Order: sequence, then C-alpha cells, then structure tokens
Amino acid sequence: MAKKLVRSVWDFENEWVETVAEVPERLPEPWAPDRPLRVAGQKYPRVDGYQRVSGDARYAFDIQLPRMLHGKILRSPLPHARVKQIRAEKALALPGVVAVFTHENIPPIPWYGDSFLFDPHVRYEGDEVALVVAESEAVAEEALGLIEVDYEPLPFVIDPEEALAAGAPKLHDEGNLWNGRPNVYERGDVEKGFQEADVVVEDTFRTQVVHHAQLEVHVCVADWEGDQLTVYETTQATFSVQRSLASILKLPLNKVRVVNYFMGGGFGSKLGLEKQTVLAALAAKQLGRPVRIANPRKDEFLAMGNRPSSIQKLKVGAKRDGTLTAISLWSLGPGGAYRSAGAELGTPVREIYKCPNVRTEESTVYINAGPARPKRAPGHPQGTFALESILDEVAEKLGMDPLEFRLKNYAEIDQVRNRPYTSKYLREAYEAGAKAIGWYEKRNKIPGSGVGPIKRGIGMATQIWGGGGGPPAYATVEIVSDGSVIVRSGSQDIGGGTRTIVAQVAAEELGIPMDRVTVIMGDTALCPYGPTSGGSVTAASITPAVLAAAVEAREQLKGYAASALNVPADQLAWEPGRFFLKSDPGKSISFEEAASRLRSNMIVVTGARGPNPEGYTINSFGAQFAEVEVDTETGRVRVLKIVAAHSVGRLINPLTGRCQFEGGIIMGLGFALLENRWMDPNVGRMINTNLHDYRVPTMMEIPEIEVIIVSEPDTKANPVGGIGIGEPAIIPTAAAIANAVYNAIGVRVRELPITPYRVLEALGKA
Amino acid sequence: MAEGKGGVSRRGFLKGFGTGVVGAAVAAKVRLGEAAPQTSPGWDGKVPVVLRVNGKEYRLLLEPRTTLVRAIREHLGLTGTKVVCDRGECGGCTVLMDNKPVYSCQVLAVEAQGHEITTIEGLVQAEELDPIQKAFVEHDAMQCGFCTPGQIMAAKGLLLKNPSPTREEILRGMSGNLCRCAAYPGILRAVESLAKKAQG
Ligand code: FES
Ligand code: FES
Repeated sequence: MAKKLVRSVWDFENEWVETVAEVPERLPEPWAPDRPLRVAGQKYPRVDGYQRVSGDARYAFDIQLPRMLHGKILRSPLPHARVKQIRAEKALALPGVVAVFTHENIPPIPWYGDSFLFDPHVRYEGDEVALVVAESEAVAEEALGLIEVDYEPLPFVIDPEEALAAGAPKLHDEGNLWNGRPNVYERGDVEKGFQEADVVVEDTFRTQVVHHAQLEVHVCVADWEGDQLTVYETTQATFSVQRSLASILKLPLNKVRVVNYFMGGGFGSKLGLEKQTVLAALAAKQLGRPVRIANPRKDEFLAMGNRPSSIQKLKVGAKRDGTLTAISLWSLGPGGAYRSAGAELGTPVREIYKCPNVRTEESTVYINAGPARPKRAPGHPQGTFALESILDEVAEKLGMDPLEFRLKNYAEIDQVRNRPYTSKYLREAYEAGAKAIGWYEKRNKIPGSGVGPIKRGIGMATQIWGGGGGPPAYATVEIVSDGSVIVRSGSQDIGGGTRTIVAQVAAEELGIPMDRVTVIMGDTALCPYGPTSGGSVTAASITPAVLAAAVEAREQLKGYAASALNVPADQLAWEPGRFFLKSDPGKSISFEEAASRLRSNMIVVTGARGPNPEGYTINSFGAQFAEVEVDTETGRVRVLKIVAAHSVGRLINPLTGRCQFEGGIIMGLGFALLENRWMDPNVGRMINTNLHDYRVPTMMEIPEIEVIIVSEPDTKANPVGGIGIGEPAIIPTAAAIANAVYNAIGVRVRELPITPYRVLEALGKA
Repeated sequence: MAEGKGGVSRRGFLKGFGTGVVGAAVAAKVRLGEAAPQTSPGWDGKVPVVLRVNGKEYRLLLEPRTTLVRAIREHLGLTGTKVVCDRGECGGCTVLMDNKPVYSCQVLAVEAQGHEITTIEGLVQAEELDPIQKAFVEHDAMQCGFCTPGQIMAAKGLLLKNPSPTREEILRGMSGNLCRCAAYPGILRAVESLAKKAQG
C-alpha cells in the first residue's frame, strides 16, 4: 500500500498533540450514513465475554510464573521529609526475603523531571522509599514493617492556596506555582464585555479531589529470558510503556515486550510507565527470577493519581436578551507533589458557548500530596460544574429558561481555533433530552417551590470533548485458508469493548460473521502500533485502520476468487459473503471458497489510520438532564433519573456503548454526591485510604438512565464515522445534578460533593 | 546497549545505567537476604489444610495466616477470583461457601475446611457457562470485567437463596460488590432476567 507522511494535530486528554504519521495514499471509502450495515452499529455482546465471565481472562494481576518473586514498595509515611538512613537488616533476616532495594543500590534514574526513581527527598505520603522482594506476597508485606528508615521531617503544605502564600514550604526549585505563572487564554476584551452586559454574576465554586479507584491495582510482572524482557502490565498504554521502559533501561525496543490482554480499569491512572515496572524489571534482572509487584489498595489512593480539586472564580455577563457578552475564569488546583498532570479546567468556558470576550487564567501548584493524573475527562467535570451552575444563575436573573439561554448562545464554530466542527448535533441533544426528562412539564418554574419536605427538581448541563483520535494507528488483517480472520492492533481493550468493535468493523467490511474474526490486542510483540487508550481516542483512531486493512485484504482475496472463476479480477464485484461476475451475478464464489484457494498462502495487510480533515475540529457534544429528590430534613440527595443525549458520530456497538455511558454517568454521580479525599491537615496524610471510607457508588445509588444518541455517523471525521464515548459520559453529570438540586430546593450548593451536610448548610439548617 | 552484540549480562546491564560509579555501587551494595535468592521459606509453622473447591479435594501445606483467596489463587492457581481491597470492602473476591457468598479475603483457608467452596471457574460445566454467566454476557453486565467474577458469585448466591428476587432484593443483595466501571444497570438487568425466568 502506498504511504505518505502527514503531520496531524489532534486532541488527546484535552491537550493538542502533534504527530507525524505514515498514512495510506488511498483512504478507504467512508461508510456513508445511509449505507446499511449488518454488523457495525448493531448490538453485539463482547467477543471476549466468555473469558470475562468464566474467570479465564488473565489480567496482569493473575500472571503467575515459575519461580516468581513478589515485590512490595515501602512508601513514605510523612508528607515531606529527607530520608537520612535506611536499615534493611531486620527485613533481610526474615525468612523468605530475597532483597531490598533503595536509593543506595538502585541507579538514580530521573523521574518527574527533577526527581528520581528513589529520591531521598520524599515529597508526599506515599512517595517511594524502598522495594522489598520476597518469596511470597505475605512475606514481602511483613518485611515492609521491618525496614527501618530515619526521616528528617520537613515543613509541608497541602492546601493549594497556602502553597501560593509567601514563605510556604517549597517542594521544588521552580517554586510551587507551575511554570511560575498561570496559563492565560484571552479572546476579545472581557472588561469591555462586562461593561456591555445588563446582568453580571460572579461566584466561586469548589470541587474536591477524587480518585480513579479502578478495581485492578497497578500491577506488573517482569520476566527476563536472556536479554529479552517481557512485562505483563495493567496499562492503558501498552506501546508507550514499552517505549519508556526501553529508553530508561537503555534496551533496544525489540528486546522489550509489553503484554496487556485484559486490564481491570484505569480511567486515566494507567497512562504511562510506572516506577514499579522499572523496579520489577531491575530486580528481576538482578535476581534472575520473574518479579511481580502489585500495589495494596491503600497505595492506589496515596500514589496512583487523582483528579485535582479546584477553586474556580467565575464571572459571566449577558445582555437582557440572553446574549453572552463576557466570561472570565480564574482557577487554582493542586498537581500534587510532582509534575504529572495539571489542574487546568478551562476548556468548557472557552469552547462550549458563543461568546466574543473570554479570559481564562488557570494555575496548578505543587502540594505535599499524591500527584494528580488525568482522570476521565481531565478538567471537564469540574469546569463544567462551575460553568453550568453559573449559567443557570445568569438565566434566572434574566428570567430565561436555562435551555433557551443555552440555545441563544449556541456556538456554531470552534471559536478557539476559528473553524467549523466536523459534526455537532448539540441542538438535537437538547431537544431529545428535554423531551425525555419532561423539562417543560416537570421543572419547577420557581426553584424550591415543591410542597413537603421531600422536593424534586430538574437540571441540565452541556458537554464538550475531543475523542476524534488520529494517526498513527495501525491494524493488520490476515485472511487464512479456512476463511477465518485475525485482526491485530496494538491498542488495548481497557473495558470499553474495543476488541468487539474492531471485530465488528472487520466482519462488516469483509462480509463475514463475527465469529470468524479473532482480535489480538495489547501485545507489542504481536501487534502493530496502536495508540494509548486515553482521551476517548481509541475507537476513532484504530477502527479506520481496521477498515483500511479489511478493504485491501478483500481486494487481494478477489484475485484468488478471480483465478478460481477463471475471469479477470476487474470483472468481479463484491457483496457481503461473495464475489460475483458483474456481467453474470449468478456466477459467484463465496468468501470461504475464495479463501480456500489460499492453501498455505496468507493474506496479510496492514492498514493505517488516515489523517484528520484539515480545517475542522472534531468534538463530541452532549447534554444530560437530571431529576433529583432532596430530603430537606436530612439533606440527602437521590438521583432519580439521568437522560444522556449525546452527539458522538456513529456508535459502533449500542450494547457496549450503553454500558459505557451508564458507567460514566454513575461515576459522575459519585463525583457529585459521594467521593472525596479527606486529608488530615495537621499531619498532611490522607485519612480515607480504603474503599469503605472513600465512597464510590454502589448498586444502591444508581438512577434510571436513558441514553440517546442523536448524531449521524461523522464520516467527515473518519471513514467509520465514530467519535469516542468514554469520557463524554462523565462530563456533564455532576453539573446537571447540581442544577437539579438547586431547582428542587431553591438554594445553590457551590461545592462538590453535595453532601447532606452541605445541603442542610445551604438551607440554613446545619 | 553499550555492551555490544554479546547481549546483556545481568551485571553489565545494571552498569549500563547512569555513571559507572553508580553501576559499581550497585554491584557492591545490593542487599541480598541470607541464603537468597534460591531460598524458599521453610516448612516451619505451616499447617496441613484440606480444601474442597469446585467439587475437588486439595491437600495443601499453608501458613496459618493464608486467606482463602490466596489459597485459591496462589496455591490452586484459580485466578478467576480477584483481590481488590483485601479487607472486606468490595466483594471482588466473592466465592460461595456452602452456596452462600463470602468474601474470601476475609476467610482463612484453615477456616474454610469442611466447607464446599465454589469459585467462578466452578460454575462452568464442561465449557458450558452457567445461566448467570450467560446473562452477564448477553446484558453486557461488565466493562473491564475485574469485578465480574465476584459479581457473578454474589448473584449466584442470591439466586440460590431466592430464585425470584424483587428489584429491591437484587439491589440489596448485590450492593456489597463494587464495580468501578459501574456496569450496575447491566448487572441488574442480567440478574433480573433470571429472576423473571424463575418466576415463570
Ligand atoms: S478483596 Fe475481598 S472484599 Fe475486597
Ligand atoms: S466491570 Fe470494571 S469494575 Fe466492574
């Protein structure tokens, strides 16, 4: 297949990345919206469902190799300290303990820019201090308690505002404010905009730190066979882990294999190489035996990432007719102790609504707590909560229906990049969602006017996200002589059902049943490169590569069909299941029959993802509507129903897609009402480091959920027409719930989570 | 790497890092246990344990502190059962003990003796999935699938005790099993589909 190099700029986890990729000269014909599809777009149960329900699915957590050792990481109990001395003698004397590694016998591999794999300057409770390796996990755990460490405690700061104050304890040479200044974006003139406004509302909103709390802890098994390293890793980034690991260990890429067939959730906490993976590889090399390191649950809370908290000062101006004149945002959030993910959250303010004058000023600070990591739509749920809350306040001041107010300020184009969207069905989402929730009938015209102590309310919020994906992404399609097909792609199925949609796209284009397709993903040794599963880019990045490979593979099979029928290939046409003679459609050969002519030949085609269209922005959009019930005597909020209407191009599998939407919405509900990291300000340590005190939603909290896809396939974005759905689902939920709570009780809670105490406080009853 | 085509020796590998000084320090100072690395823990203190799992009897020699889940996973190699919190908060390790769901991280292997243990692997009969397993696939009651074995065992236990639970009974019965992917609506639909069948 002829290829060319293209430069492509696309949105990954809310950041614009530029890639140079090799893409095919000839791109596959897009699946036109009116083309009838047999397999893609249909509800198919997961192709790996059997493995997942039978216990056969082997996660990195489950890998047990002969002679495997177990590592456990000793972490700093203090928020800020210098490690003076480590004495490992007692630990080493425990039967079954094999080795202890510390900064004294591990190379100073740079990490987080100005720190190291083991850094004697520890900057948060949970910072890595030592690794103990033992014959069993239980012995390794016991040995942790026997390692003696002398710490010199240092002053610490865990509050983002205090971190900015003069004289605050400094974590890094650069100072606590990242880059020494806020991130500023400006268009138009906000001061002028506020002067032109008839109504100006100004408020401060706060959101809490929440955790990924994915159920499979961070775990890896490192195994050397000679100079060949295999790492079984739970990750959203199989290829990126391979690359980083090879570069740190100074190994050629072809000597490092990362395997990741099933993984138990990540939500952004597994986007890169982990310290423990490097440690496992080093220890395994040194000890000559495979080493497994699995975090205890507590460490996941301390060290494996979080969504940073936020303080958001918003000011919005509008004319009497509802036209927005200016929005300004000032925000502050903690990145934690190291530079891993920032606390920016201004995209919704900059992009959702049409507004000529916008200014955002976003700051991230270091504090002595676990480093933030991207968490499912970084920045967006918190930014959307504040923006959508204040917009409701403005609408109320104007005496406008909140939905009407939003429609009045509908953005037809991407105002930041000044270009159109490939598709945007947000109007349709508003309409469908409003209808399904009963917006005009059920919403309290006067907030809080319901009678009785238990009050109901309705609220809504809007979502914007990327998810258009882009190159490079590859897939291979192999057709073998029994007509079965293998598809390989180096991405991974992190639970979104990627294997299933890949099989659907291949089966669709090849005209064969789903069960003839096997998909191999998550193995750098077996698959061509596929992107990290983050930013909801996986589907939109790899399915077009699968399509390209399938089209070409079928084209090659046509040659075998032609020779079997003894006609020139160009006289054959194709329909699902068979090739036939254009001049005599009765004369045909089935896919399987043609494949049988392969004998020991194989058709192996690598398809590449084409570039994104120039001059367009690819975004998903959506609106969620919430109906809640608030007990004004106890302060308890119950979410009764969420309607989620989204514009995401083509949904390739409505069964798994629905599951993903529901899951995102419920996680959003947890953000709105339940989840919160509690820190003890006196000692700088986290209190609720377990799944009991850190409350994630259970089955008891789930509302009725209705998912409506309002979009047409977006074939301008890519030939398959899908846009990612993983992150859009969570973005507007908390905001919609907060607006519904206001509609129910008539007072606004401007801080998440909306706990019973905060509700009572807002009602003046606390 | 610098060592050239002869491949990577273990020592040479570590020397390849950072400065040569550090490499030397690594070789000199690595802290190894007494008889490491070939030691295996002695037999001392281990106790004989007889477990009946999925209809088979297993005779094991275990440290008394070994939990049932570790015995199942690490000693029997049945890794379908997961460990998520290891302290009785999530249900990820749910197995059936005499047909009742238990958190196997909260049961010692020695305590499980004399009981009939069923794990997720035990529900599969000659490659044929149990109806509850099939229902989970059909209703897509999972995403990452890491909680799924525990969810299925909890659901199985619930249905064994009460073949036609109401929605409220399902919610309560399953609320001890966390799913961070929040496939709860699908799980509810899967369990309800069997409950309805049970009602006829
Ligand atoms: S692992 Fe046993 S209850 Fe969580
Ligand atoms: S399916 Fe991922 S935790 Fe339940």
